[in-house]
Formats: sequence, C-alpha cells, structure tokens
Amino acid sequence: MLRENQRHFKFDWITIILFLLLLGFGYLNILSASHVGEITSYFDTSQLYGKHLVFIGLTALLIVLILSFEAKFYEQFASILYLIAMLALIGLFIFGKDVNGARSWYGIGSMTIQPSEFAKFATALAVAKYISDLQTNMTTVKDQLRVAAIIFIPALLILLQNDAGSTIVYLAFFFVFYREGLQQVYLVIALSLIILAVLGLKFGVLITAIVVAVILTCVYFFRKKKRGSILQYIVVLMVSIAFSYGVKVFYEHGLKAHQQNRISLWLRLEKDPAKLERMKKVEAYNLIQSEQAISSGGVSGKGFLQGTRTTGKFVPEQHTDYIFSTVGEEWGFLGTSFVVIIFVLLIVRILYLAEGQKSQFSRVYGYGVASILFVHFTINIGMVMGLIPTVGIPLPFFSYGGSGLWGFTILLFIFVKLDSNKINEW
Amino acid sequence: MRKLLLLTTVILVGLVFIARLFYLQVYDNAVYDIFEDNAIRKEYNYPKRGYVYDRNGKLLVANQPSYDVMVIPREVAPLDSLDIEEFCSLLKITREDYDKKLERATHYSPRLPSPFVPQLSKKDYAVLQEKMRKFEGFYIQKRSLRSYQTSIGANVLGDLGEVNRRTIETDPYYTLGDLIGKQGIEKTYEETLRGVKGIKFIQKDRFNKNIGPFKEGTLDTLPQAGKDVTITIDSDLQAYGELLMKHKRGGIVAIDPSSGEILAMVTGPSYNPNLLVGRERNKNFSSLFLDKVNKPTFDRGLQAQYPPGSPFKVINALIGLQEGVVTIDEKFTCRMGYYYGSRRLTGCHHHRSPIAMNGGIAQSCNAYFVNVYRRIVDKYDDAGKGMNVWANHAKSFGLGNFLNNDLSVGQPGRIPDGDYYDRQYGDNRWGSTYIVSNAIGQGEVEATPIQLANMAAAIGNRGYYYTPHIIKNIEGETIDSKYTTPKYTTIDKQHFEPVVQGMFDVYNEGTAKHIKIPGIDICGKTGTAENFIRIDSVKTQLTDHSIFVAFAPKDNPKIAIAVFVENGYWGGRFAGRMASLMIEKYIKGHITRTDLEDWILTHSLEDEYKKPYSGENFKINGEAKLQVIENYATEENYPIKTENPIDIKS
Repeated sequence: MLRENQRHFKFDWITIILFLLLLGFGYLNILSASHVGEITSYFDTSQLYGKHLVFIGLTALLIVLILSFEAKFYEQFASILYLIAMLALIGLFIFGKDVNGARSWYGIGSMTIQPSEFAKFATALAVAKYISDLQTNMTTVKDQLRVAAIIFIPALLILLQNDAGSTIVYLAFFFVFYREGLQQVYLVIALSLIILAVLGLKFGVLITAIVVAVILTCVYFFRKKKRGSILQYIVVLMVSIAFSYGVKVFYEHGLKAHQQNRISLWLRLEKDPAKLERMKKVEAYNLIQSEQAISSGGVSGKGFLQGTRTTGKFVPEQHTDYIFSTVGEEWGFLGTSFVVIIFVLLIVRILYLAEGQKSQFSRVYGYGVASILFVHFTINIGMVMGLIPTVGIPLPFFSYGGSGLWGFTILLFIFVKLDSNKINEW
Repeated sequence: MRKLLLLTTVILVGLVFIARLFYLQVYDNAVYDIFEDNAIRKEYNYPKRGYVYDRNGKLLVANQPSYDVMVIPREVAPLDSLDIEEFCSLLKITREDYDKKLERATHYSPRLPSPFVPQLSKKDYAVLQEKMRKFEGFYIQKRSLRSYQTSIGANVLGDLGEVNRRTIETDPYYTLGDLIGKQGIEKTYEETLRGVKGIKFIQKDRFNKNIGPFKEGTLDTLPQAGKDVTITIDSDLQAYGELLMKHKRGGIVAIDPSSGEILAMVTGPSYNPNLLVGRERNKNFSSLFLDKVNKPTFDRGLQAQYPPGSPFKVINALIGLQEGVVTIDEKFTCRMGYYYGSRRLTGCHHHRSPIAMNGGIAQSCNAYFVNVYRRIVDKYDDAGKGMNVWANHAKSFGLGNFLNNDLSVGQPGRIPDGDYYDRQYGDNRWGSTYIVSNAIGQGEVEATPIQLANMAAAIGNRGYYYTPHIIKNIEGETIDSKYTTPKYTTIDKQHFEPVVQGMFDVYNEGTAKHIKIPGIDICGKTGTAENFIRIDSVKTQLTDHSIFVAFAPKDNPKIAIAVFVENGYWGGRFAGRMASLMIEKYIKGHITRTDLEDWILTHSLEDEYKKPYSGENFKINGEAKLQVIENYATEENYPIKTENPIDIKS
C-alpha cells in the first residue's frame, strides 16, 4: 500500500533531469556571455550572471510552490489564470514600459517583469480546459473558432505591444489542435500557404501562378473519378494568386523596414550589392557575428570563458536571444549538438508523457507545453544559425531573464505536477 | 497518425540543426588560429635590427628613427586659424601646404591614416611632440629605418623592403607591412639581423576597443633584439674597387685564400644604398630595376656568367699534369695557332715557339693548351669519358656549380661534360677536335667572377679552398662550419708549383709584365674573351671582355682576385691594371703605381657600351678608339660619405 502511495506522487525524473541540464548549462553560458573583466563573486548582483543566479534560486522556490498545489487546482482555475494573464497584458497599455521599442514590460523599482512570458502557460491551460470540455468537438467550425479566439486574444495583445516574435509563438497551438481532431485539410492549407508565400516572394507572383496552374492541371487529369467541376480548380488558382500577391503587397508595404530586410536576407532577395552590403552591416550584423562565433568554435570549442568573440561581446544580445552562439564558440560542435539533443529529448519525453495521460486536460496541456517549447527551440536556434529569418525570442531555460525563465518553469512544472497525478485520474 | 506530426517534426528539426551545426563547426571550419581571429588584436613590438660592421670594425649599417606626422582626416577637429598658423610653423610648412595636404589625405581616405609630413628631423619632432595633443586627428608615427653609414657596397649590404604576400603565405612570422631583407646580407642574414618581434594579444570588443590582455597575457612574447653582424668585406678595398669600376661594367671579387672571406665584391655600375631607404625607396627601386641597359641591380661579380678565357688555361695545365698526359718540360709548336691537319682550329698571337708549360702559361699560348686539352680528352677510350674526367677535375675548383654560400644571388656557370656533348651532337658523334675552345676558356665553359676568384684562391693555396663567404662574425654565434672546412681539389699538391710559377712569370716576363707592383710577388693570368650580341637578329661581335685572375703574394697568398671588365679588350688593358691596383691597395694600403691608377680613372668604356644601341655600324677591338675622360673620378671626389649620422639611442 505504501509502495503504491509513493507511486501516486512520483514525478517524472527524466524530465526534471533534462530541465536541470539545460538550466545549469544555460547558466554557465550566461556567465561567459555576460561577465565583464574578472569574476569576483558569482553572487555579484550588479552583474547579469549574479542576477541570473538569483532567478535560478527563485525558480527552485517556484517549483516547490507549483508542485505543492493540488493537480485539480490547475484545471479548475485555468480560466481565472487566463483572465489574469489577459488583464496583465491589457494593463501594459497603461502602465507598461518601453524597452527596445516593445511595450511589454512592467517596471517595479529596478526590476522589470514581462507578462507575455506568463501568458503562454495561462493560454495553454485555457486551451486545455476548453478542449477537454465534454461538450467541445474540435471538428466543428464553431468550437474551432472559439478555441482560436483563446489564442488570438493574447497574440493580438502582444502584437499590439510591438513584440512580433512572441506573437509567432502562439502558432504553436496549431499542433495541439491538430492532435485533438482538427481536420487534415487545415494542415494541407497551412503548408500550402507557407509554400505559396515563400514561392511568391522568392520567384514572383507570375511564376507562382504558373506552378500552381501546372499542379492543378496534373491533379485534374490524375483524379479521373472524383475530379469535380473545373470551377473549383479555377477558384483555388485565383485564391492562390490572390494570396501570393497579398503576401507580396504585405511584404512590401505592411512590414516594417527591418522585418522586410530580415526576410529579404533570408530569401536572398536583395540584388543590389551596395544595399546588400549595408544590410549586412545593420540587419544581418547579429546573424553574421553569431554564425562566425559558432563556426569559430570548431569541434570542441575554445573552452569555458575562453571564447574570444564572447569575451569581446561581438554578438549583441548574446546573453539573451543569441546565447546559443556562446555555446557554439566555447563548447564547439560537442556542446551545440548536446543542447540540441537535450531539447529534442525533453520535447519527445513530454509528448510521450502527454500521450500517456488519462485525462484529456493533462494531455492537451502537455501537448501545449511541448509545442511551445518546440517553437521556441526551432525559431531561436534556427535564427542564430541563419536557417530562418531573425525573430527575437528566447531559448527556454537558457536565455538570460527572470520572466522568461519563470514562465517556462511554470509551464513545464504544471505539466510535471499533472503527470504525477495521472494515477489518481479515472 | 495525428500523434506523430509533432514528434516527427521535432526529430526532423533536431536532425537539421545538427547537420547545420556540423557544417558550420566541423565541415566548413579550419583549426582555430588565433592569428585569424579578428576579436584578438595582435600588437607587434619590433626589436632593434642588428648593425653591420666591416672586417675592421667599421660601422656600415645602423638604424635611424623616422618620425612621420600622420593624419586621419575624419578625426581632425576644427582649428581656429591661430592654431593652424602654429601647427604650420611647427611643421615648417605654409598655410597653403596645410590645406593642400589635408585635401589630398581626405581624397585618399577620410578614415585611414595618411602621411601628412613624412620624416621630420629629430629637432622638429622634439618641439612638435609637446604640442601634439592640441591637434586632434594628427599623430606622430615612429618608424625605424636602415641608415647606411656609407655610400658603397649596395650589392653587398642589400636593402629592406615591405614583405610581399607570397612570403607572408609561406612564412607565418611576417605580417603585412613588415620589413624584410630584399637583397644582399639583409636577405641572407635576415633572421639573424631582424631578431624576433614581440607580440601582444589583446582582447577587443565589437567597437574595436581594447578591453584587456587576452588570457592574462600568458601568450604574449617579448621582442628579441637582432644580432650585430661583422662581414668579411674590407670597406676601404670595396670603396677603392668601386672607384676603379667607375665608367665601366663588370665585377671584381677579392677573396682571402686562407679563409675564404670575401674582401671586396664590386659590381659596376652600382648605386648608393641610401637610395633604397625612406619614402623615395619605391621610386628609386623601380628606376634602378627597370634600367635594363645598365642593370645596376644585377651583381656582375656574382651573377654574370662569362666565358673565362685564358685564365682557365691554368686549370687545363693542372688537369694535364694530374692525368699524366703532359710533363712540365714537354714542348709544343705554335704556328700562330693550332692546326688539325691543314685546318686551323684556333689562332694565337706572336711569341717564341716551341714552348713548354711555363712559357705556355706566361705567353698564354693557345696551341699549347689545345694540345694538352686534346690529350686529356683522348686519354680514355671515348671522348665522353675523357670529358667527364676533365669536368670532374674542373668542378673540384668550385666551377660549374653554385657555390652554395651566404650570398643572396649566384649563378652556377658551366663546365660541360660528356653527356652535355652527347646531347649537343648525338651520342659519341663528336671528338676532341669539336670542342677545342674549352682548352682556352671559350666555347661552352662559363664562370662568374667570384668562381674565378675562388679558382685563383685554390691555386694559391696549392689545392684547396674555403667556400667564399661574407659572414665574419655574428654576435654570440659561431660561423657555419662549412665556411671553415677546406675543400680539396682533385689535383695533387705537387702539380701546383710549376703552374704557380707560370702564373708568376706572367708578371715577370709574360702578358702582365707592364703592370707589375714593386715589392709584391703577384701570380696572375690575363684573359680576353670574344663575345657576341644579337642586334636586330644579326649576330654581331663586340669588343672582347678584359679578364684578369691573380693572387698575391706567391707564397701564402693574402688575396685572390678576379676582375672582369666588359668590352675592355685584352686582359692586361683594364682588368689586369685594376687587379694589380686592388692587390697593392690591400697589401700595402696605398698606391705606388699611380700611373696605372691615373690610366684607369681617365679611361671610360661608356662609349663602347653605347655602340650596340646606336643603330650605326661600329668598330671593335683594336680598330676602335678608347674614350678618355677629363673630369674623372678620384678618391677625393668619390668619397665614402656618411650621409645619415647614426642615432645612438635607437
């Protein structure tokens, strides 16, 4: 009986160990990226690494707090937590503080706090709560629209606060919806739209239209039995053309100059060498420095605290969004692939646990956690290596910053708590 | 299936990332090299370059500091006109100059430093330095340049120039802008003279600002000063040789036979080494290098390969004795030339006949040496083998190959062997009569003046020589043992005495009797070499080269010398006189045969050298008139000047 009782409260240690590995390795890299001159004391809170150590200490308290609540609490209070998070986001418009052009911070004394980091777990809880409701059917358009509204509200608020990077994170919930019954056609449409957008920007609307027309013609002749009316195909073609044209117009007029340039650099759209040179000095500066820092690490890196570019602060924002370049320079390929593998293991572990949940709430929430971590991981590391356009979002458990660290910790440990309780579910 | 979408995407992204990281960090990445890291500033600290002294301890090359006022136009703060006046007066320039220089610098680059006023005097520098901080955007750059304490020996001393890219790629020591020895001993003793520069690694930030030593300076090194070097040149003798070579082309090489030390190494025409220092260096170097008529950068003493002419006959005499094909007393008849059947293979001049070895050498009889040479070649079953034996003997005198010494340039000359003629004529399709020109140092035989001087040293030593070299002493080091080990010729010692006697008689009663130096027993050999040039693809003969090879005194010689004067006609005319004077200058320290000296200084060959370029028909040898000059050079108006007083501090 005692044995069984113990098992009821057993936390998934694999997840926790992976979390601790990321946290610890992240701290070492923040130490390297942020120290100026000699390190006199690791607890020197005038230095960023000292502050981060304090954040880590507070994280321990936070974990204890999260795990001490009843698992049921999170399900019951999901809506309330979501409501508080939304109010906090709205409050920014009145009480918020501008940092680097984004109005996403509250200033309390010398401390700042970023509510969008906490809105993620609140939204995940709300989505889980709504989808797990017995009356919800994800295949109906009505429920699809409602659940879309849950993620649309925080996404819009964050976008209005000029933090486009954090907005993109909410696309992560697509994976959750798909898992919970969203029709296949949405996936096809989403992929098609991404391809159309890229194709239209890279090769122009005309070529895109020709490609789509050729594909549709093939499909028409291939599907002899269920080919349907020609009109359908023409509509699809027209919509495709309209979409890729719309993307082009949006790219040219809707985006801010720096966003436009980031995409232009990524797709190598700029042909004027003089302008390209200028872009390399401004928009691509971070990226070039970061890629060079990573490359210079080689197989085994230059060693802890020995990175010359890290010490010279060549990569701006290296302790936050570009922390991965420190890993690259000082720990080399061994360190970077280690981090990548740990992240993949962590996400896969969460997915595995989520699939094993008895309650739908826990499963959806677990999927939400995995999806959010996945999007952060992909966008951040992809950006630092130049695989995707620059989008400023942190690397979970790794980047410097209290709000981010706590936001992700809460996100993850609510799931650890839910998972530990699965025996009690029925 | 729905469960798998995120799972597969995650794993896929992980794999893509690792592949990208592999590409960035492993595949596309060389081994980390701190010198390639632009986050680390490398600051070099250049050591003092070693001084160069002559064999008597006279300073020849020192260093001089040079102060350049540099400007970075973008950083120049606006000055009121009073300040500009002051600045101009400090720099000793006018206001117009100031504006013009600033405009020119801005035009070149607003952000890169350009020289504003180069090479300030030390006094101006001292005054200016106090006030310098008032003038933002200007700074003083100190450089160290070579300071030649003499105007002679440009070919010996060499010069420094900026290192080229190819050297930088092969030798990681050098970085762009470093100075490196380009010619002469600056080149061959570059590593000794330069020392080792110190290096400081400094961590910089992305604004290019220094933020402290890299790794606490543990990788930094201190500069090691270059070592002083004493060379074997006697600067007085070198200067005298250059004086004698005025208005002529050719080379003089004098060697101390007892050690192989090169006493003088003259090439004409030469130039003042100070031309290749400072900001005029590039301009001057181009004009010297591009002068393809006079070729002042071509060291005729080391690089010019001429047919050695008659002095080479003594080698044939020695080989003949060694091979036992001739005795000292055996006489040959000369009928104004050597006849093969009824065909005259070589001509000769008027002298008594028949003649034995002593007379053969003293009178330089062509027929005598053709006889000896043919016997050597025909001693063996086939001429090819005979020629190989002959070539081996000749090569043991340091002929026909690089001397492999510490001079920056050199040429191998040529001693043909059996294979050489097999290639020319076809295997065994030739015989000794084909190649009789080699008997008298014409034909295929070629040598440089330094090889001939070394040959004279080997004869004077009766069978051995030391590789001619220029280094006498390096501070705190011993000289390479290859310069202190004698190299023996393949000729036995006893065969030398009669040949030496023959060379002595050249002065006593032979072709050099009119250039005797009282009180010194000189052994020598005159030479006259025919030479040709192509003018508009017509082979045209020019006046013969004047050649002289000698050593003195006869026993235990102190000097061996070879003099080569292009188009000087017969050996005794220019080269012999100059050799005698050089020997007297070295052994006695002063000149008694002032008649010889006056003759050399008043006679020029410059008209002779113009002939092939004149486009007109011209006469050569005895039919041409020798040019006499009025305002000739003397030791007084061609002094060894000290143009750059040495700076003691640097």
